[in-house]
Amino acid sequence: MDYNSMLNPVVRDMKPSGIRKFFSIAEEMDDVISLGVGEPDFKTPWHVREAGINSLRSGKTRYTANAGLKRLREEISEYMYRRFDLKYSVPQVMVTVGGSEAIDLCIRSVVSPGDEVIIPEPCFVCYDPITRMSGGIPVPLETKVENCFKITPEELEAKITDKTKLLILPYPNNPTGAVMRREELERIAPVIERHNLFVLSDEIYAELTYGGSRHASIAEIDGMYDRTVVVGGFSKAYSMTGWRLGFACGPEPLISQMIKVHQYAIMCAPTTAQHAGIEAMRSGDEDILEMRGQYDMRRRFIVNAFNSIGLDCFEPEGAFYVFPSIKRSGLSSEDFCEKLIYSKRVAVVPGTAFGESGEGFVRVSYCYSIEHIKEAVSRIKDFLDEFGV
Amino acid sequence: MDKILKLLNDNAHYSDADIAVMLGMEEKEVSEHIRRLERDGIICGYKPVVDWEKEDDTLVTALIEIKVIPKQDEGFESIAKQIMTFEEVESVYLMSGGFDLAVMVQGKTFREVAMFVAKRLAPMDSVQSTATHFVLRRYKEMGVKLSADEEDDRSFVI
Repeated sequence: MDYNSMLNPVVRDMKPSGIRKFFSIAEEMDDVISLGVGEPDFKTPWHVREAGINSLRSGKTRYTANAGLKRLREEISEYMYRRFDLKYSVPQVMVTVGGSEAIDLCIRSVVSPGDEVIIPEPCFVCYDPITRMSGGIPVPLETKVENCFKITPEELEAKITDKTKLLILPYPNNPTGAVMRREELERIAPVIERHNLFVLSDEIYAELTYGGSRHASIAEIDGMYDRTVVVGGFSKAYSMTGWRLGFACGPEPLISQMIKVHQYAIMCAPTTAQHAGIEAMRSGDEDILEMRGQYDMRRRFIVNAFNSIGLDCFEPEGAFYVFPSIKRSGLSSEDFCEKLIYSKRVAVVPGTAFGESGEGFVRVSYCYSIEHIKEAVSRIKDFLDEFGV
Repeated sequence: MDKILKLLNDNAHYSDADIAVMLGMEEKEVSEHIRRLERDGIICGYKPVVDWEKEDDTLVTALIEIKVIPKQDEGFESIAKQIMTFEEVESVYLMSGGFDLAVMVQGKTFREVAMFVAKRLAPMDSVQSTATHFVLRRYKEMGVKLSADEEDDRSFVI
């Protein structure tokens, strides 16, 4: 059977994530020390796990309402106000299978064939393929290290055409660790408003914002609330990756469309996870504080470590990644990562896995203990010395 | 809690320079602060966490529960202070509940520990009774897991 001719060409031509390749190499080798994964090393706090277990014990094993348990939606609504000063009523909140599903639903609900979607790069790998599946046209916006990987109004303006429908705003950013502070969001907001764009603000790393001020959402900026869907989740804030629980908040006319897609594709987010999620939002603020404190120390440590072995590393203000430049090695990102893993058994991800503008950089995760980071950086130093870099 | 103290409590092996970087301080500030903690008797010493089972030269540890008749005016102080002078004694705690002092004793053999209790602790004036519990296995010591080889089970998703 000639599958190729029968498959959906959009799916057939979709490339598997570039992150995978290095992980397959790593998985086949012994003694690999990884700085590769994008998932917390902390376990889900015990009280949250217990809430999940208790829900199973008491037989809460059925579907929930499509949009999620009402109590969880209420908790999310309170949480958004408490932590980010954003007011969403329950009908403006829906519970999803991780932040990923919320991204998928939002793009599918907004983008029609031929619509252009502006995607700042380097960025998480899912926006481009999901846009294509909706028949949309991804328009990459290459952010620059000299702007700390933030979007400027001029760069944004230059990418907008009369077909532009949606702007993806992935901050705090995976892989760069960049954040956009309130003043920077205020500068791009008028451009968004003038061209009447929707915004999908992927704020999955919101709780992992370091430095003086808390995370600011574009939805807080004048004129943005009614055109923004905020995607959030439990994975990064509460170390709940495997529970697959996320949410979207936004204007009701848009959320209600997303709920329809969700209803047909997914039915509802896992019930056990939703019960655990209620507990996380109710009494997990302390856990966030503790974990963020740990990440912050590692962040300072790893930035200093890379700079001191001569790989320039701009100071990220969010998420749990650093994005050091490897340009002085003269190698491409892919070559650098491949040589590094084969010769020193350290796994990092080439910047190009997150878009072409990631060339010359590698993504390094600091979801690891200080001792682990020390060992990995010392191996990278040996690598640089040996290759005379 | 003092941030520097908290870090050292996690890992006393961190250098002053490491701590300075992690907390965004000057190395000199960190050193001075630690010296002050030492001088004030807040940090009383540094020791490694050892999994003795992996060493040939194994040590035996026992928890001794001691019931004491407290002395007038002195309470438990004088007996506790007497007990802590023995080299074999690792730690001494005043306890609430069914007994008064918990004493951790270390020796080369079970017999050595048992004899120490029988000859040195039990005959003391105010000691009413002792109960010796030998430690058979340590799973966690001072917050450090000893036996569990926890693997990183995170998989590479995307």
